Amino acid sequence: MLFDDFFIRALIVGIGIAIIAGPFGCFVVWKRLSYFGETLSHSSLLGVVLGYIFSINISITVFMVSGIVAILLFLLNEKTELTSDSLLGLLSHSSLSIGLLVVGYLSYIRFDMMGLLFGDILAVTRLDMIIVWVCGGLFIFILYKIWKSLLAGTVNRDIASSENMSPRRSELIYMILLSGIIAISIKIIGILLITGLLIIPAAMARNISNNPLQMILISITVGVTSVVAGLYTSLTLNTASGPSILVIALVLFIISLTPLKRLIPGANK
Amino acid sequence: MAKEHNKILLELKDAGVNRSNKWLVRNITLTVSEGEILTIIGPNGSGKSTTAKIALGILKPDVGSAILHTNKIAYVPQNLAIDWTLPLRVLDFMRLTNKITFQEIAAALDMTGVAPLINKNMRNLSGGEFQRVLLARAIATKPDLLILDEPVQGVDFTGEIALYNLINQVSSDLNCGTILISHDLHFVMSTTDNVICLNGHICCSGTPKTIIQSKEFIDLFGASAAQTLSPYEHDHDHSH
Repeated sequence: MLFDDFFIRALIVGIGIAIIAGPFGCFVVWKRLSYFGETLSHSSLLGVVLGYIFSINISITVFMVSGIVAILLFLLNEKTELTSDSLLGLLSHSSLSIGLLVVGYLSYIRFDMMGLLFGDILAVTRLDMIIVWVCGGLFIFILYKIWKSLLAGTVNRDIASSENMSPRRSELIYMILLSGIIAISIKIIGILLITGLLIIPAAMARNISNNPLQMILISITVGVTSVVAGLYTSLTLNTASGPSILVIALVLFIISLTPLKRLIPGANK
Repeated sequence: MAKEHNKILLELKDAGVNRSNKWLVRNITLTVSEGEILTIIGPNGSGKSTTAKIALGILKPDVGSAILHTNKIAYVPQNLAIDWTLPLRVLDFMRLTNKITFQEIAAALDMTGVAPLINKNMRNLSGGEFQRVLLARAIATKPDLLILDEPVQGVDFTGEIALYNLINQVSSDLNCGTILISHDLHFVMSTTDNVICLNGHICCSGTPKTIIQSKEFIDLFGASAAQTLSPYEHDHDHSH
């Protein structure tokens, strides 16, 4: 069977994740949520542990844990106008530390810690493929539905809410979906590097795009290219998949800063 | 211009907003009807933008009430910074909260004199061009209520007059109510229907003519302000 090959499974999951990460990553960049994403992904280690304890697919438990964190952060953000950098840093690293402590304590469960932190292409199962593509399709559909008010709220919340949009609601939905994306990409990218897959392709796309939609399409292309090339690197050089993917993305980002970008069709020069 | 029978679009009754035990504004009572231009003037920190946000429904008043009788509102905020990470053309910005056609967008941009900028990036506009695009976006949707917070900041002098005239024209063409927050006493006195002087509360209100004679106005802006206004009434007498 085709899907018996672990590498094919990793490719299918990775490409799915890259496609979803494109639009969501652009909003992370536009709304300056990279530290927020970091906090969500670091807190997901606790979700992983729960998954192992109850033998549930970790995507589900991670989604639950980081979804709750996303809602809490959203409420906190409403209260304090702007969640400060240091508050996010505090939450991000303390939740990672708690997760690591619990993992160390539960010594009867065998963890591949490196795989968890940096991604492991061997870990992808058939169920993961289904989860990524079904949830991913759903996430993109929901994002399409809230797109207008989310974008309007990104440009200016006051304009959006006074002109019959509900930017706060779409923001909350977006943040919950973001935790879902983190949940489904842990296996390939790893807890420590997920925000990288959201941000680097979007940052590269920013350098050469002229409108929001174009930026999303370019970042999807960059993401997919990085995932495919990164997974091959991981396979041939036996490196962790997360860093391999991100290094490729970084190379593409650097190219976008140079005059070489003139070679890219439709680029904003 | 008979305006007695026009529909009321917005009513604030004794509205006040309190933040950390400080009243940003209080006892704000005002109405805006169709076709009316209401101007709010006042020194910095007097609560002009806060009043606009109460009117828009962005801030809920802690006391009193704010009732909107329409949901077709357009807003030009005082501060709008578009993050450099977001590539946004004028065209994308015009469609931000609505579904208007390309023709309507082009027509609105043409009215504010920035039609050639339609495919430019918002980041690359000058301050004055940016304000013109903001105004174009607000009028493109043909709103019932237009709330403009310092809409001509950074616009050059001749452009300023043209834009004020445009606001005036739009208000009568669309028969929409307009709240205009402005520093520009000249325009205020020449074309608005009603003026409110704000300083945390309403100091004085009424037609421009009654305002400039009121003691509160002179206290707030100084006697010279009232004097600078009088020559303006003769401005249109001389031609060049």
